[in-house]
Amino acid sequence: MEQQQSPVRRSRGLSYSAVDAWTAVVVFIVGVVMMVDNYRIGVTWASDGPEAGYFPYHVGMILCIASVAVFIKSLFGKHRNTEIFVTWERFRLVLMVLIPTALYVLVIQLVGIYVASALFIGAFMRVLGKIRWLKTALISIGVTVLLFWMFEVQFMVPLPKGPLEALFGY
Amino acid sequence: MDELGALFHGFNEVLSWYNLGMMFVGLVLGVIIGVLPGLGGPNGVAILLPLTFTMPPTSAIIMLSCIYWGSLFAGAITSILFNIPGETSSVATTFDGYPLAQQGKAGNALTASFTGSFVGALSGVLLITFLAPLVSRFALQFGPPEFFAVFLLTFCSFVGTDKKTPFKTVISMMLGFGLAAIGMDTVSGGLRMTFGWSELLRGVDFLVVVIGLFGIGEILVSMEEGLRFEGKSGKINLNVVLQTWKQMPKYWMTLIRSTVVGCWMGVTPGGATAASFMGYGLAQRFSRRGHKFGTGEIEGVIAPETAAHASGTSALLPMLALGIPGSATAAVLLGGLMIWGLQPGPLLFVEQKDFVWALIASMYLGNFVGLILVLSTVPLFAAILRIPFAIVAPIIIVVCAIGAYSVHNAMLDVWFMLLFGIIGYVLKKLSYPLAPMILALVLGDRMEDAFRQAMLGPGTGLHIFWSNSLVGSITTLALLMLFWPLIAFLWRVLRGKPGNNGPEGDAPKTHAGVVNK
Repeated sequence: MEQQQSPVRRSRGLSYSAVDAWTAVVVFIVGVVMMVDNYRIGVTWASDGPEAGYFPYHVGMILCIASVAVFIKSLFGKHRNTEIFVTWERFRLVLMVLIPTALYVLVIQLVGIYVASALFIGAFMRVLGKIRWLKTALISIGVTVLLFWMFEVQFMVPLPKGPLEALFGY
Repeated sequence: MDELGALFHGFNEVLSWYNLGMMFVGLVLGVIIGVLPGLGGPNGVAILLPLTFTMPPTSAIIMLSCIYWGSLFAGAITSILFNIPGETSSVATTFDGYPLAQQGKAGNALTASFTGSFVGALSGVLLITFLAPLVSRFALQFGPPEFFAVFLLTFCSFVGTDKKTPFKTVISMMLGFGLAAIGMDTVSGGLRMTFGWSELLRGVDFLVVVIGLFGIGEILVSMEEGLRFEGKSGKINLNVVLQTWKQMPKYWMTLIRSTVVGCWMGVTPGGATAASFMGYGLAQRFSRRGHKFGTGEIEGVIAPETAAHASGTSALLPMLALGIPGSATAAVLLGGLMIWGLQPGPLLFVEQKDFVWALIASMYLGNFVGLILVLSTVPLFAAILRIPFAIVAPIIIVVCAIGAYSVHNAMLDVWFMLLFGIIGYVLKKLSYPLAPMILALVLGDRMEDAFRQAMLGPGTGLHIFWSNSLVGSITTLALLMLFWPLIAFLWRVLRGKPGNNGPEGDAPKTHAGVVNK
């Protein structure tokens, strides 16, 4: 994102209508992909009725038409919303949740969901909430143990586990 | 009175300790879910659905539907005390609810809104009790073409009732259909849109999409708004409750009006949000104190809440009778039915009599218990919102991740959840409606099956949908609904030409103003 370099007070960025237009373009591409892939399977009328691709092919076609309409409206419509879609300061807040969440999902695959959850909740509270160490540790570990008891012991739903759980014999 | 007998049988089923316990757990969880930002009816039910796979279906549906009632009640708590709508359906409640709380009348507002909700819900359940069996009996003569036509009507009326962004509704819906089509084709067994990726074979599960769009997406949106909750105290004592109840009969007209609007919007998939706005708008228009709305009128709290709850409840009518949900949460519940091995559709009332009537009986009981529960414990639940967001947010994300994983025990689903969270964030900010996507995703396969079964055999074509008067009239009605905005526009242009400054020229404008507000 190029807003990164811009000073905070001059927070530039995409306007609502621009994001609207870009979204419409993405939707259009999705529609085209659907049409192409289903055309491959067959979209015509076979002897026993429509072929497998008939339905999704037309769904893709409607997607394309509707996205063109939204695109035109977002660029030439009367009530265009030229406000900034999201200012950098606010987007930073969003990223502060999004990036740790992505890391969390990655860590789940390495050490299992319980350890990852305890780390994630702890880090989130400590870094974003600036909550005291003791409280952070108590809540993050307490919640995780509660979840473990509920899913693993009560409902016996198998969740991804890592080396630590293996140590306890699970 | 077959229905009453069946209903008593249902009560018999519900009144076991296990089921009553499930009901209570569901209600408490529902209120918590409704109060928390980022968790609402649809994704709350979606996250807990995997836990019910091993339960008896009756207990499972009682718990999950009670989560739904609880979350509907809870929407009012955050709207009135914190000026933050916990559910989109309670946006209209903030208009008069928060001013009342500022004047120190939070107790009255809460009591009024809960009682209104209860009245609305009760009417919805009564409607279901007596109308749903009739509808399902009528629908027994439906074949695939009729079913496709009813599906078509459902989706077309979504588009037709959306005055502001019909094309965005279409896009959201078609994305849902597209997602539903991914994976193995149910008729021919061929693969569609898997792009050689074997993990896509089983398709994208709607639960994962719901958790992503409504859970993670909502967290991102509320994070951006930098949540800082400053709530009013929500103490309720018996005096305030009785005092408010004494006032309630005065507003009987508003109650009835909102109930009718809500039931109508619930049965046709207009949704609780539209119903609450309409209920509020109508009350404002017809009330003698309408000009004071927005400054703290009890009536302005009763009207939207009654309509929202009536609509939320009656959304289960088409779900039970036809297998077509009227709201996003009902769609998730319907998905649950299929997972528990029940076949949704008009046969449900015949084949799963006990299940259906136990659910209906639990709706009477659940809403009554829910009313008592929220009236007695509001301060407790309001305290949840005072927990710092930095503690609540990661816990919600963890619960969402567990929910997404446990659907299929697949790590890929957790990544999908994240992806749909981002998509949900963007779409929500661009005011794409998300409920049509969920409905299309849940119903997509069945709609396509109905279409293709109708087309089986030689000499078929689209004319099948006009082959008899029943299917013909449903299809025509659907197309009428779809093009309604266009028809209305043309009508206005034609009428408007001769006398533009006449009284007719003004009428549509004021009408649109009320609906859009």
